[in-house]
Amino acid sequence: MAAALSPTSLESAPRIMRLVAECSRSRARAGELRLPHGPVATPVFMPVGTQATMKGITAEQLDALGCRICLGNTYHLGLRPGPELIQKAHGLHGFMNWPHNLLTDSGGFQMVSLVSLSEVTEEGVRFRSPYDGDETLLSPEKSVEIQNALGSDIIMQLDDVVSSTVTGPRVEEAMYRSIRWLDRCIAAHQRPDKQNLFAIIQGGLDADLRTTCLEEMTKRDVPGFAIGGLSGGESKGQFWRMVALSTSRLPKDKPRYLMGVGYATDLVVCVALGCDMFDCVFPTRTARFGSALVPTGNLQLKKKQYEKDFRPIDNNCACPTCQKHSRAFLHALLHSDNTAALHHLTVHNIAYQLQLMSAVRASIVEKRFPDFVRDFMGTMYGDPTLCPTWATEALASVGITLS
Amino acid sequence: MKLSLTKVVNGCRLGKIKNLGKAGDRTMDIPACLLYTKTGSAPHLTHQTLHTIHGLPAMAQLTLSSLAEHHEVLAEYKEGIGKFIGMPESLLYCSLHDPVSPCPAGYVTNKSVSVWGLGGRVEMTASKFMAIQQALQPDWFQCLSDGEASCEEATSIKRARKSVDRSLLFLDNCLRLQEESEVLQRSAIIGVIEGGDVMEERLRSARETAKRPVGGFLLDGFQGNPATLETRLYLLSSVTAELPEDKPRLICGVSRPDEVLECIERGVDLFESFFPYQVTERGCALTFSFDYQPNPEETLLQQNGIQEEIKYVDQTKKIKTTSCNQEMTSFEINLKEKKYQEDFDPLVRGCSCYCCKNHTRAYIHHLLVTNELLAGVLLMMHNFEHYFGFFHSIREALKSDRLAQLKELIRRQAS
Repeated sequence: MAAALSPTSLESAPRIMRLVAECSRSRARAGELRLPHGPVATPVFMPVGTQATMKGITAEQLDALGCRICLGNTYHLGLRPGPELIQKAHGLHGFMNWPHNLLTDSGGFQMVSLVSLSEVTEEGVRFRSPYDGDETLLSPEKSVEIQNALGSDIIMQLDDVVSSTVTGPRVEEAMYRSIRWLDRCIAAHQRPDKQNLFAIIQGGLDADLRTTCLEEMTKRDVPGFAIGGLSGGESKGQFWRMVALSTSRLPKDKPRYLMGVGYATDLVVCVALGCDMFDCVFPTRTARFGSALVPTGNLQLKKKQYEKDFRPIDNNCACPTCQKHSRAFLHALLHSDNTAALHHLTVHNIAYQLQLMSAVRASIVEKRFPDFVRDFMGTMYGDPTLCPTWATEALASVGITLS
Repeated sequence: MKLSLTKVVNGCRLGKIKNLGKAGDRTMDIPACLLYTKTGSAPHLTHQTLHTIHGLPAMAQLTLSSLAEHHEVLAEYKEGIGKFIGMPESLLYCSLHDPVSPCPAGYVTNKSVSVWGLGGRVEMTASKFMAIQQALQPDWFQCLSDGEASCEEATSIKRARKSVDRSLLFLDNCLRLQEESEVLQRSAIIGVIEGGDVMEERLRSARETAKRPVGGFLLDGFQGNPATLETRLYLLSSVTAELPEDKPRLICGVSRPDEVLECIERGVDLFESFFPYQVTERGCALTFSFDYQPNPEETLLQQNGIQEEIKYVDQTKKIKTTSCNQEMTSFEINLKEKKYQEDFDPLVRGCSCYCCKNHTRAYIHHLLVTNELLAGVLLMMHNFEHYFGFFHSIREALKSDRLAQLKELIRRQAS
């Protein structure tokens, strides 16, 4: 293994996170990110707009919901429409006309999701395009180059990602390679003053490997750290332990971004474990399948039981969908071929996630986060004690009991 | 309601319909179009995105074909379709069919008419039809009618006669049932003029329908491809000549800008706005000009622009989409074309719609190429606004006696 490049050429990375409050029991924190396109309150859920669009909702709608940061994807945008075009359009912000912050993933995750189309070497990831069969090499340098052209406020290192269900030497190889790729990304980054490069902690479900990765990567002075390689097929028991391990070794004064999370319960638990930022396709994807997120779980609105239900999705939700429409109407619209049905639910589900994070944050600031967690679990599972075992254990590990 | 004409110029009626709506306090200018909806919602648009559109019509069109299957739900809801769909402030007109998806012929009997929803066929006798309208409580609704005389290539006189007889029978039945319904007292029945291509039957239909206490008239059977309308225009003039001046005339299935003008010249007041929807579904944007009195510099630029566009448009291009197998017209551009990939202009320079104020052709092109849902949303917003702007310009042109200029401008772009 080559010696890690010492990042002496990198001036001290900006401290982009300001802590506003910390839970005295758990590791939960409330803060504020200072980013080039404005401040972002944390904990924050970032909706995923893979191809320069938040699916069927406009930038104006997304802004009105209070979203101040969302995701784009380097792999997809690198293929279509390509970095040169986006640069001509004044970056991704200009191309999609989004005035707030953007975070771009490096394309690393596609190594897992499109594993049959990819091949990993020390050089980078070779992808075969599903559209025209062309081959592209996504190296750390190339990924950063594309992200520099996209101009996103937070960019992610290219990491060697393996599915969390993979065991054996491949996991170790990927972990060490991710460190080397981090250094290559740092060296290739042309715009550290305008774009914040985050490292991604790997190591799979192996505590030793993850610890090594944490030790090494935290030596690099990057503005923030992501916890990667989780939220795949692993058990929830393994999942939370790796998250807790990671947050225990990450610096307090830098944001912790847990990638690919997720479901409401997971968000609340992982805030307790000390994470600040989250992203997941789940709320927007499930909306397009007719599922509306509510504090008690979700409503499969296409089902017959909602045919004559004249209540809004959620009485306490302030989103435009709930202000104007009933479950019955949405049910009827979902059974039509009018795409407006999907957009109503996308708006609501994003609102749900953002409202949840807002409520979490308020409870941390007002020093009642543990009570909030108990209320949340009670609503979601009928009784706090009926909360899934892994969540109970995870919360207990940071001093929050549910009974 | 009361229709008062401001002026009539070359057969075109400019005026206002007053005392509309449940409270009798709404007004609608004519000529005008109605907002096209599918299952009670503008296509692709939520309330938020719909209301960024300037010049929204005062009245929306609902289709019984999309709503009939929900009649039990609406009956239980009790408060009417307007509130159910989240448009309590809008005037509502309920047509039988969806102009975009014509229904299979052969299902009209002496006692019933069928509409086709996504769940299948809904057969309606006059009683069932009126029960459904009771649950919907629209401001206006098309009466149950037999529109199939115009479906075949050549209508037989016998079939044309039957369409008129049946439609009058349905009308009389529905009017009687309306009298017995308190809920429907404030709704107006729109009488339907049938008769296929047989002049005698068309006149009979017009005269007889006009004798009934209907709120207005729907001219049915003039839809089809541009060629068929062409041949039916003479019928249209003869029909409207028989109708009272003080009641609105609607036409179904006609929505293209050039056809709209032809019909307005023959005494039609209200149109459906499904054409912008069809344009949207084929990934296109309306770009035709309706600026009939631009400044001279603009004229030159426009003319050059129009020539450019026409040069590139392949008239016979057939673009298959899921809901309409329609040919692209010369009123629009196809954003899927590679040449828009790096075009950072708005869809139409000077357009004040959300899409043109915020996005570029290059972005729309990208959304179409990547099959993103937002493409439909943005294109619908632009196409509706552009189309509503066209209707506004018709009214302005009529006011200032410049319709001939507008007509010439549209005619030039139609070829």
